[in-house]
Amino acid sequence: MAECIVIRVNGHAISVRDGITVAVALLQADELHFRTSVTGEPRAPLCGMGICFECRVTINGHTHARSCQILVREGMQVVT
Amino acid sequence: MIVVVGAGPAGIAAALRAQECGARVTVVDDNPAPGGQIWRGDSNVWLTRFRASGIPFIASARVITGDAQAQTLLVETPEGARKLTWDKLIIAAGSRELFLPFPGWTLPGVFGAGGLQALAKSGLSVADKTVVIGGTGPLLLAVAAYLRQHGAHVKLIAEQASPAGLAGFAKELLRNPNKLLQGVALARHIAGSPYVTNCWIESATGQGRLEAVTLRQGRRTWTERCDFAAIGYGLVPDNELATFLMNSPNVVIAGTGELNLAILEGEIAGFTVAGYPERALGLYGKREKAHRFATALQHTFALRHELKSLPRPDTIVCRCEDVTFGLLCEFPNSRAAKLHTRCGMGPCQGRICGPAAEFLFGWNPGSLRPPLFPAKIGSLMPATTE
Ligand SMILES: Cc1cc2nc3c(=O)[nH]c(=O)nc-3n(C[C@H](O)[C@H](O)[C@H](O)COP(=O)(O)OP(=O)(O)OC[C@H]3O[C@@H](n4cnc5c(N)ncnc54)[C@H](O)[C@@H]3O)c2cc1C
Ligand code: FES
Repeated sequence: MAECIVIRVNGHAISVRDGITVAVALLQADELHFRTSVTGEPRAPLCGMGICFECRVTINGHTHARSCQILVREGMQVVT
Repeated sequence: MIVVVGAGPAGIAAALRAQECGARVTVVDDNPAPGGQIWRGDSNVWLTRFRASGIPFIASARVITGDAQAQTLLVETPEGARKLTWDKLIIAAGSRELFLPFPGWTLPGVFGAGGLQALAKSGLSVADKTVVIGGTGPLLLAVAAYLRQHGAHVKLIAEQASPAGLAGFAKELLRNPNKLLQGVALARHIAGSPYVTNCWIESATGQGRLEAVTLRQGRRTWTERCDFAAIGYGLVPDNELATFLMNSPNVVIAGTGELNLAILEGEIAGFTVAGYPERALGLYGKREKAHRFATALQHTFALRHELKSLPRPDTIVCRCEDVTFGLLCEFPNSRAAKLHTRCGMGPCQGRICGPAAEFLFGWNPGSLRPPLFPAKIGSLMPATTE
């Protein structure tokens, strides 16, 4: 089985399986508020394949990163 | 050099066949691993051969534009932008799901059907989650079977098509014995989850996240509590790049929404582009058959017009810019709507709302201008060529 690594989500350290995407890590941690829409609604992944941009989060300071296309890395800082 | 865009079944088949003919091939794909939509994280003969082939695979690389004259592609990777030059280009970009807006479809927990499956294939545990699946087409059954095998409680599969339409589909299955076997295998896996025809999800509700969906079948409506909803109304080809580069004689387009057809088209493209079209001759008959099957599918799962009245005035159609159905109703075409509401001008560039507006209003989605995806400014500056 894949090893575990630690990432930080909104400052909290969570242990996740290596090899999964950031979107999966967040959903697994029951984080369903990925981004806030222009009228203030919470949004979470829709397409799971890099098309809809609903899964955007900030990763290591890079805003608007599509979390469904990016694999977790040790020490990654994710902000929703 | 042959460059293949897309490492789904079509792209992989194309690359392998071209390599067999002695051509130099490189494959680029937006995902971290090859496989495309259906083989995501799986293992099978084609993928194993591809991994062993030594064909260079540029992962996590999104083609953001191309130049048919200069025969180049601009590719954005996590390490920065790259320019690839090609003598021949095979575009096997696959398809995405069609989503139709309904009240509550923007709630977290409402996923695409293929989308939830893709997330599950990339590691999301669905064990003990209660899921309602809705929309149309055989993909719903594939998704139901997959989720059930991984421990999800699939409460119901709502198929908008009529039982009469499905009977026609059954006849087509009898003409395609291997499809029939697949169907029987699927049916075994979904036994226990009701497959309800003439039925669709009318709305989703919840506080900040999905808690329940309301379904309709004829005059009857009822509510089901669920953790996730998985919705898909068919597939839309990802043809933005293809439309943009199509006029070059050195560009070939391969693959569509159906697996067998995608592989066959990939193989034909690979042989042809590598200069051995005669090796593909034996495949045209099979492709014809696969094409007939795909057309029969489209017929069976044609969308019913009642789905056009699902959105209410305050239902969001464009999720990037939060443009409502009520607002869009004030405009005669997509151009006017775009100009006044920014509908389709967000980061997805109309990939989600465009096909929805086409179904709801009959609007022509119009063609995309490059960059085909929101690109970092740096990516649009001169890039390293190889
Ligand atoms: C979400 C989803 C789930 C599906 N699940 C199933 C299923 O379970 N069973 C089934 O029979 N069929 C399924 N399908 C139908 C599926 O499309 C076909 O069976 C098959 O995958 C088609 O193969 P393809 O090679 O044409 O396209 P795809 O498999 O879609 O491959 C295309 C590849 O090209 C890449 N790509 C596209 N544009 C670019 C670009 N600009 N830059 C870089 N890369 C790019 C994509 O990321 C993708 O990896 C699904 C479709 C979708 C959309
Ligand atoms: S979930 Fe659609 S882009 Fe990531």
